[in-house]
Amino acid sequence: MASLRKLLAGATFAAGVAAAALAPVVAPRTALAADDTIKVGILHSLSGTMAISETTLKDVMLMLIEDQNKKGGLLGKKLEAVVVDPASDWPLFAEKARELISVDKVAAVFGCWTSVSRKSVLPVFEELNSILFYPVQYEGEESSRNVFYTGAAPNQQAIPAVDYLAKEEGVKRWVLAGTDYVYPRTTNKILEAYLKSKGVKDEDILINYTPFGHSDWQGIVSQIKKFGTAGKKTAVISTINGDANVPFYKELGNQGIKATDIPVIAFSVGEEELAGMDTKPLLGHLAAWNYFESVKSPANKAFIDRWHAYTKNAKRTTNDPMEAHVIGFNMWIKAVEKAGTTDPSKVIDAMIGVAVPNLSGGIATMMPNHHITKPVLIGEIENNGQFNIVSQTPGTIVAQEWSPYLEGSRDLIADWRAPMSCGNYNVKLGKCGGASK
Amino acid sequence: MLRAALLLLLVLFGPLAARAEDAPANPGWSLLSGSYDDLRHGVEELATSGAPNVATALDALMAGQLVVDGDSHLFIQADDGSLVDAITGAPVGGDAVDADTLRPIRVNNAVRRAIEAALGNLRLFSTDPAIRRAAADAVFKARDAAALPALDRAIAQEKDSSIRTALQQARAAAILAGNAPEADRLAAVATIAARGDIDARSVLASLGDQPATVATAAATALTSLDRIAQLWGVLQSVYYGVSLGSVLLLAAAGLAITFGVMGVINMAHGEMVMLGAYTTYVVQQFFRDHAPALFGLSLPIAVPLAFIVAGAVGIAIERGLIRFLYGRPLETLLATWGLSLILQQFVRTIFGPSNREVGTPDWMSGAFQLGGLTITWNRLIIILFAIVVLAALMAVLRFTALGLQMRAVTQNRRMAASMGIRTPWIDALTFGLGSGVAGIAGVALSQIDNVSPNLGQGYIIDSFMVVVFGGVGNLWGTVLGALTLGVVNKFLEPIAGAVLGKIAVLVLLILFIQRRPRGMFPLRGRAVES
Repeated sequence: MASLRKLLAGATFAAGVAAAALAPVVAPRTALAADDTIKVGILHSLSGTMAISETTLKDVMLMLIEDQNKKGGLLGKKLEAVVVDPASDWPLFAEKARELISVDKVAAVFGCWTSVSRKSVLPVFEELNSILFYPVQYEGEESSRNVFYTGAAPNQQAIPAVDYLAKEEGVKRWVLAGTDYVYPRTTNKILEAYLKSKGVKDEDILINYTPFGHSDWQGIVSQIKKFGTAGKKTAVISTINGDANVPFYKELGNQGIKATDIPVIAFSVGEEELAGMDTKPLLGHLAAWNYFESVKSPANKAFIDRWHAYTKNAKRTTNDPMEAHVIGFNMWIKAVEKAGTTDPSKVIDAMIGVAVPNLSGGIATMMPNHHITKPVLIGEIENNGQFNIVSQTPGTIVAQEWSPYLEGSRDLIADWRAPMSCGNYNVKLGKCGGASK
Repeated sequence: MLRAALLLLLVLFGPLAARAEDAPANPGWSLLSGSYDDLRHGVEELATSGAPNVATALDALMAGQLVVDGDSHLFIQADDGSLVDAITGAPVGGDAVDADTLRPIRVNNAVRRAIEAALGNLRLFSTDPAIRRAAADAVFKARDAAALPALDRAIAQEKDSSIRTALQQARAAAILAGNAPEADRLAAVATIAARGDIDARSVLASLGDQPATVATAAATALTSLDRIAQLWGVLQSVYYGVSLGSVLLLAAAGLAITFGVMGVINMAHGEMVMLGAYTTYVVQQFFRDHAPALFGLSLPIAVPLAFIVAGAVGIAIERGLIRFLYGRPLETLLATWGLSLILQQFVRTIFGPSNREVGTPDWMSGAFQLGGLTITWNRLIIILFAIVVLAALMAVLRFTALGLQMRAVTQNRRMAASMGIRTPWIDALTFGLGSGVAGIAGVALSQIDNVSPNLGQGYIIDSFMVVVFGGVGNLWGTVLGALTLGVVNKFLEPIAGAVLGKIAVLVLLILFIQRRPRGMFPLRGRAVES
């Protein structure tokens, strides 16, 4: 009897665990089935490692869709959000994307954060001919007919940041520190080539990679400190991603490296990440983005007010990828109205040339390479966890999806207008198909 | 003595008193409300102007408390909102200024550097030795030939020999920045080489464009400094290794009980650590809201609470789940893994997915130099904490009735049961103890890592590695395992990089386990064989 009870309890529990483990997979469907709506897919992780960054993007998309419906929807129909949770699991991104497109028949998908998740869904979007809006700064070296990249390419973030440090801070020695995956590796390759083209010598560049979630920075920070004692102004270009940043900055603070000695400029640290940190020791360290919450513009003020009202939380921060989604969503609305249909092929053609206001008082235009024009802002971290904008490009910058500083990518361009209609046209060989001969 | 004090007063206030009436006319003040470049020039101008209240105003500027109104009047705004005229130092009534037009003056890094240098110069004559010492260091870093007259005066007055040395080093750095004769420069190089720290190295390394004799002397000094630094570097790596080892030990100590002693493969062990960290967060929130003055006490109070919270959850897990799965390791592994996902999502639902800010009390911030070693307070305290936790754990196992019963049950369950020990109850308490220790580890980890729902995941693999490597069921093995892994990791890191270093450690560990499957210190005896 006792053993039977034990067995039963065990079995019930095992079932419970299985259900719990599957819970993120069986995602909440906020949508109601209806034919007179236009469905919009939201593909952001709500559980797992990336939930920290991506949950906010899901919220901002829901807000944008709600607001559009208040304005009367699109083409006389209401918009309907279909939220799925790929649970920070890269292959699951592809499965969920396929489900959104073929089962839910969404008109467009807004989603992904990491490059690996984008690479995982790319073939699905190309095969089923749908549209993905990708809102995060990334390493470039890609242009797909079915993807619109509303985040920054390296020349819209990394290179202006290096220029700022060289010019304003007189930096002559560079530490390129990053997390070990595709975005930092590619960005650092581009930056290394760029610095060398500016006459920086090999011994003045230190490249360092750490695993995801690295938490013991003592050795590396003291290595950086030592690297900074060669009598030349030294700076750190950080492509350290996600959770590893908090212990990194804590160690910097504890070892007494101040921004006035060795400034750190980060490409993946925004308001959201600072919210979980004690910012006192970080005073003066920098970040380069295309948007900061502290941007002074009427559009930004209206957006922040609406965001606080929508989330019922006056402390929720806004950040760069959120702005990218705002721009991407407004562009999609305009393109659908222009095309008069949500048919992906027609919308994709209508997207090029669409221009909408960004939140920093300028205009974002969708270029033929499926990337948008962006201003570049450099901010210094302040005591209150916000950024003090110390530099802003006068106009907007066009993305170089194929970096001129990389062998193999130098000769490529992307132009999705007819007759070229190619994402990797080789101008030397005069044909579509990338660098290979 | 009295005469010296009078002289000091005279030197201090003489120039100030003479210029007090024309102070508002100093053009430096008006530059403070301009662009960053103006701001920097203004700071430099004010630093040498001798105008009163400059140090206070620059302090306020650094802290973001210097505000300017619509008519470019400068005020210092205290945290409570009260205003003081920045130029005259006179308090200003609340209604005299239109509060809506006030905006804080922002500074960037270049301005901050200028302020640090200026404050250094201004504070060389402070009455507080600590401030004078800091000022000497700031002037040393600034390397500004214009500071020489002030430095000479300060050196002449200084009574404290160690501060005088610091001042002389600052003077040497200033001499090298100016156009002093070669003999003075050579003497300066020697002075700086004697300082021998990392800042001295920076100065020496920047002397490549000096006259040949000076450059050669600097290069020689640099080589010998680097040789000494290399030796200290080895010690530093050992220390970093011990520090990493102490963190691993804290994370693994609980597992050494649940896995080592009880043999339960608990994949939710990391989540116990996470619960401890979140307990710390909640305690700190409470202190922030109700007793901000006692914030420094938040960690000592969080330790027992984290033990209770994680321990209670541990007991609940043992009673509700694990006791049904004894003897079935594979199912235990799957069930506890599922449980870890549940706990993570549970915390994510309550506290949100983003990191929670756990503050570091002042007594755990910063670092100190010990010879050529940089020792950060938080890591040192964590090392000591790990020792205390381990000692307490061993004392519990060895000297308490509970510990005796635990050992009895794990060594021979049936015999223990027939002696009248309630073995199921002991199982629950043992598991609770292991989980509670994991919770305590969470308090320490909240100081060096993210407090997020994923906190535990990062430590679960490392914890198992430590326990298996050290020898299952042996606390001393866990200690040595943690230290060895920490030190090996820190020596491999500079050679192979953090990523390859980690891989190398794993490969070495696998090879070791192949040769000695029971770890470094295997338990022997009949209990193990059966």
